[in-house]
Formats: sequence, C-alpha cells, structure tokens
Amino acid sequence: MNFLATIGTFVISAFASLGNISIFAYNAVSHIFRPPFYFGLIWQQMLHIGYFSLPVVGMTALFTGAALAQQIYLGSERFNAEGTVAAIVVIGIVRELGPVLGGLMVAGRVSSAMAAELGTMRVTEQIDALVTLSTDPFKYLIAPRIIAAVITMPLLVIVANTIGVFGGFIIATEKLGFNEAAYLQITVDFLEWVDIRSSLVKAAVFGFFLSLMGSYHGYNSRGGAQGVGRATTDAVVSSFIMILLTNLLITITLFGNE
Amino acid sequence: MTIEQPKISIKNLHKSFGKKIVLDGINLDVAAGESVVIIGGSGSGKSVLLKCILGLLQPEQGQIFLDGKDVVPMSARERKKSLSRFGMLFQGGALFDSLSVWENVAFGLIQAKGMDKEEARIIAVEKLGRVGLNADVADLHPSELSGGMQKRVGLARAIAGDPEIIFFDEPTTGLDPIMADVINRLIVECVKDLGATTITITHDMSSVRKIADKAAMIFKGKIIWQGPRDDIDHSGNDYVEQFIHGRAEGPIQMDVLKP
Repeated sequence: MNFLATIGTFVISAFASLGNISIFAYNAVSHIFRPPFYFGLIWQQMLHIGYFSLPVVGMTALFTGAALAQQIYLGSERFNAEGTVAAIVVIGIVRELGPVLGGLMVAGRVSSAMAAELGTMRVTEQIDALVTLSTDPFKYLIAPRIIAAVITMPLLVIVANTIGVFGGFIIATEKLGFNEAAYLQITVDFLEWVDIRSSLVKAAVFGFFLSLMGSYHGYNSRGGAQGVGRATTDAVVSSFIMILLTNLLITITLFGNE
Repeated sequence: MTIEQPKISIKNLHKSFGKKIVLDGINLDVAAGESVVIIGGSGSGKSVLLKCILGLLQPEQGQIFLDGKDVVPMSARERKKSLSRFGMLFQGGALFDSLSVWENVAFGLIQAKGMDKEEARIIAVEKLGRVGLNADVADLHPSELSGGMQKRVGLARAIAGDPEIIFFDEPTTGLDPIMADVINRLIVECVKDLGATTITITHDMSSVRKIADKAAMIFKGKIIWQGPRDDIDHSGNDYVEQFIHGRAEGPIQMDVLKP
C-alpha cells in the first residue's frame, strides 16, 4: 500500500506542477504581447543573457567542434571516408550540438541566475512591494526575461555554430592535414537552409523554456535561503530536461520524414 | 453622532494555508484618519491580514470594504487602481536592490503614475529629506545602507505617492531602541502630514504607545481585544496583559513550552 501511495503522491504532484507551470506560462506569454513594454529592462536582460554568455558558449562550441572533427576522422578513416568529416561536423554542429550545447550552457548560467534573483526578491518581499506600487511583476520581471531570451538565443547560437564549425576546421586542417579550401567548400555545400532554420527555431524555443523555468521556480520559491537554493537547482534541472526533450521533438518534426 | 462609514471594514475574514488556519473570522473597522495598531505574537496572522487587504493573498471567506466597496472580488485592473491609494512599509524594507535609493522611492511615481524621471527624482529627494536622509544617499544602492536607513528609505517609498492608507509591517523590528523611536516619530509625523489612515502591525509595545489611536490584539486568527490605546494597560484581558508585559506564563502558551 505504501508503495502505491508513494507513486500516487508522485504522480499527483507531477501533474500539479505541470498545471502550475502551464498557467504560469500562459500568464507570462499573455503579458508579453500587452503594453506597457519595458524596453530598458529587455535590453539589460539581453546583455545578461547574450553578451555575457558569449565566452562560455564560444568555448564550448570551439572545443566540441574540434573534438567532433577528431572523432569523426577516426571513425570514417576505417571506411576510407575521411571526406565526410567536414560535412558531418557542419551538420552535427548546426542541427544539434550548437543549439543544444548553447542552450544547456545558457540554462546553467542564466536560468539559475533568474531563479536566484527572483527567488530572493520573493523571500525579501520585493515582489509583494512591486504589486503594492501598482506594477505587475509578470510585466516588469518575467516578460522582459522571456522576450530577451527568445531574441538573444538565436543570435548566440549563430555565433556558437560558426565557432563550432571553425573548431572542427582548425583540427582538420592543422592536425589531420585537410586542404583548407576543400574543407570549407564541403562545409558550404552540405549546409542547407533547413539546417540553419532548425537551429534558430531550436534556439528560440530553448530560450523560451530556460527563461520560463528560471522565472517560474524563482517566482514561486518559498522558505528563505534554502528555498532559493532549491529553486535554483530545480530551474536548471527542469531547463535541461525541457531543452533535451523539445530538441528531440523538433528534430523528429523537421527531419523525421527525410 | 451619525454613523460614519469606516475607511476600511473587515468582516468575518477567513484565510488558511492547507490545513493551517491563519485567519479565523477577523472583524475590524478602521475609521478615516485613524491609526490602528495590531499586536500579536509571531505567526498569529498579522502579516497575512495586511496581505489580504492589499490583495496579495486571496481570502477564502469574508469581505473587506474600502470606502464601502468590497475589494475581495475585484478584477486585476480595479485592484491595480485601488492599490495606488495604498502605501506599504515592509518588514525587511523590501527595497529593490537593483535600483538606487531615489529610484526606489520614485518607483511608484514613475511606473504607476507615469511621472517623468526628472520630476520624480525631485520628489524622491524631498521625501528622503522628510525621513531625515539627505540628498547624498539618493544615488547609493540599498545594500550600502544600514538597517535603520533602509527602513527610512522604505518609509519614504511608502509615502512617496501621498497615499490615503498606509500599512506598516513591524516598522521597528531589528532596530536599536533609539532608531526605533526615530522611526516611530517619523511615522507619526508623516501620517499627520498626509492625514492618512494607517494600520501598523508590531509586537513592540513602545510603538503601540507612540503611534496608536486604537489597538487590537490578534490571537489564533481572531481579534480577541480592541480598544483605545490608553485602555490597553487596563484591558482586563488576560491575553493582552500577558502580551504587553511579555510573560511566558499565562493563557497564551507558546508551542516551545509544550512537551
């Protein structure tokens, strides 16, 4: 009986959170499209999310692209198919690794920060104070974060993709002895519009979910420092899950019928 | 004397969190221009009562009349409008730590009333002067201020919009007795200047004696005693007696004493 009760409690609380997150998301999105708009705050968040994430996202992309080229070379060499390195690197980076790794790195950096900041504002009653000053916290705190993340993530992922491909290019030409011009030619030939489009769509979706999860867990945090800590962890874990899950869904939708 | 309509009238208010009943049928009238102080132990539901009046929490049952109009079923838009008549000083100050001191004070003026920044800053500096802070602190951030100064900035923010009704949530908690007295005086002066109706919640008896016109004691979600300030010392109520003299023995048993 106890075992069943545990499962039941878990299922009920899972559905309750899902419902709460959906209501929260609906509120957040409906506020995104209604004035007033806080352009200053959106710009500030864009700097936070985009500009200050550039080093960590760039490094991740560079190293991953380089490692990818090396491994694909080792694998394809056995079939004398070394020529595929450039093609697989560019497709792998642009379709999957650029947006996913970029999303995960930004989630780790930004979603946690949002949860901690909003969580602290919640426990120190700053969010209540906003309401008493006739300002809607959804408009002032949450909408700018989501708007900024959805705009910034695609830009960030374009940079990540470029650097990732470049990382592969460096290893291929400097270490593996590929001809530079030929490598670039293959890269350009194999890259299609649908790849870029899927990359950008993914980035925007990931931006939405990582800011939504950061905001949701921060906004609803309870119980002092411990509660803020829990909110931060939950924000990052749920952002990661949402990013990986939506990535799979978008990949299946866009490429499943090819 | 004709029956004057109370500014705030709370009727049979109930609020609980899960199984925990916090407010269990509160009835309270506050006349216009009156200063009511609500006393009660920690966790007796004082803050929850203020949050229900402000609409930060939704009560399960009961009515809250503001100038005769029930605010509980109000829409978000109506509530926003009604909130512009309120000012609130939060327990921890609740200053926005991403903004400077003057931006904190001017927040309501800029965001809710659409005042332009230059003008709002002038008013903010004036309000800061009102609570005894000079213009130097205007550009500092809240984290650079001491606890007493933060409370004063919070007070300046609460009075910035010239509200009709001001709530003070434990205005002197965590301050030394002298700073507490400074805050109490500022509250009395500011309220007198504005002619505002106020509700203060506190467990500091010196605050009660300085700011209250009327006092009320809340215990286990109910108002168990209310009356004019001067009656509090001979209320004839055992609970009130125990509270104002701060005795561990009496009808109020703290959970900590139970085995």
